[in-house]
Amino acid sequence: MQTLLFALEVSLNGFMTGILYALVALGFVLIFKASGVFNYAQGVMVLFAALTLVGLQQGIVPFQHLINNLLGTSIHGFGWNMPTFLALLLTLLTMLLLAWLVEKLILKHLVNQNPVILFMATIGLAYFLEGFGDLMWGADLKKLDIGIPMGISDTVEQTTYDWFGYGFFIDRLDITASIVAALLVIGLTIFSQFSKTGRALRAVADDHQAALSVGISLRRIWVIVWSIAGLVALIAGIFWGSKSGVQFSLSLVALKALPVLMLGGLTSIPGAIVGGLLIGVGEKLFDFMVGPMIGGATENWFAYVVALVFLLFRPQGLFGEKIIERV
Amino acid sequence: MNKEHKSDKALLVVNNIEVIYNRVILVLKGVSLSLPEKGIVSLLGGNGAGKTTTLKAISNLLRSERGEVTKGTITYQGALVQDLTPAELVRRGVIQVMEGRHCFEHLTIEENLLTGAFTRKDKNSDIRFDLEKVYEYFPKLKERRKSQAGYTSGGEQQMCAIGRALMSKPETILLDEPSMGLAPQLVEEIFEIVKDLNQKEKVSFLLAEQNTNMALKYSNYGYILESGRIVMDGPSTDLRENPDIKEFYLGMSEAGRKSFRDTRSYRRRKRWLG
Repeated sequence: MQTLLFALEVSLNGFMTGILYALVALGFVLIFKASGVFNYAQGVMVLFAALTLVGLQQGIVPFQHLINNLLGTSIHGFGWNMPTFLALLLTLLTMLLLAWLVEKLILKHLVNQNPVILFMATIGLAYFLEGFGDLMWGADLKKLDIGIPMGISDTVEQTTYDWFGYGFFIDRLDITASIVAALLVIGLTIFSQFSKTGRALRAVADDHQAALSVGISLRRIWVIVWSIAGLVALIAGIFWGSKSGVQFSLSLVALKALPVLMLGGLTSIPGAIVGGLLIGVGEKLFDFMVGPMIGGATENWFAYVVALVFLLFRPQGLFGEKIIERV
Repeated sequence: MNKEHKSDKALLVVNNIEVIYNRVILVLKGVSLSLPEKGIVSLLGGNGAGKTTTLKAISNLLRSERGEVTKGTITYQGALVQDLTPAELVRRGVIQVMEGRHCFEHLTIEENLLTGAFTRKDKNSDIRFDLEKVYEYFPKLKERRKSQAGYTSGGEQQMCAIGRALMSKPETILLDEPSMGLAPQLVEEIFEIVKDLNQKEKVSFLLAEQNTNMALKYSNYGYILESGRIVMDGPSTDLRENPDIKEFYLGMSEAGRKSFRDTRSYRRRKRWLG
């Protein structure tokens, strides 16, 4: 009984991590659906959003190393802390500006090129953004705290103890993340199913040329999609940053989103969520049950093996759009 | 050639355009045509003659395929339109229905139709009203309104593509090969609807077709394109009686059916026509 409850607790924790994977994966799906481009820079966008948020909130002077070196000064901060709400708003504006610039400077010039070329462009964008973020805010590890409750939830521990005689350790941050992710997915689904712009997004995803022919402006759609992806990156950045600090390694989280995408399907929003949850729960449970037998550290590779199996047997993923073929 | 026609009130005038793809491939070598108000004009010719390119030059979908109008002018209602985006043209009332239907496969038929109204700014109830009107023209679409377009038949997809264009409240539809891959009965049905739309909704059509017989039957005027040039034009009734058209495009000749042994002289005569 004790083991079973412990396994359950492990799965619940995996569930919460899975939500965070899903948040990153969601950004990939959005852009892939609307432009057929695999956006390699999504992970770095998460990092960049988190960096900007921390930097603004803590009053760090942007480009301080550059300024100090050029002018011989030694400024480090403005000496004030920006209210969290204002910092969030400004970060969101930064992400929208980024979306606009990406369209203006990159996508616009690559219309109707092979998707691989666009993919390469996003690799370039990823490296640029990574360096730019470092230059702007500094490369040191920053602590992000925007007032989301953190630490083990006493209520959950107490309630579960009363029920099962075994207290579950669940992080309050994870609970908030789950709620926000759920709201985000519901919002996005309603937007894409029932709004005019959402319908246009799906139309573009299906057939660029036809979308152009009915008067949908691809460039506007791309700005919208990259803006939404920026918003999703910001939300993912907030939770990952609060959990593990803001630093370069945050962009590597995106690597975990890849198996999630293979599992859920590159084109499905619910797929990204379910895929994230399966990978999150799966890797924790596997590590708990099988790990001790084979020396542990299975979390590093479990997700990729699952993705590989999926590629072999169901390449479009669990929820990926079936390729409609008429004979 | 018959110039009389051009003195009619022309809605769309294409004047001697040249189109180059990828900066090197010359596809249209001086094409001129005009579409009168409330007319149906057909653009005929074989594969690769430049029919689709002409339509795309007008709707400006060319640019997204790395094509460019390098010479000549295109005017719509007297205003130059060759630098407008496809969306701006749709707002002015010119919309293209592309060859091969191009429905949004994962959207339902109804959603497909609604995307046609993307550029419209009027009330939702007006759009709903037009949707019902499209369903009246295409009752089959109403039956299948909830199915994904990718799973409907070729005829239904063609209807969906035309219906989608209608939802933008167009004055002019550039219709590219509506007969492609459809059974003769369906082709007839689609052309009947085109005629209806022309008469009742006052929509003008520029129709690119390989099905010369059908196109000449339903249009008032025709142009014949061959390797990027207009080689002949005239009222459809005249073209139908023209012996060369009969032989090269309608497969009829005074000597009865041609044997393949005669293809060489056939080709030489055809080049003369070009």
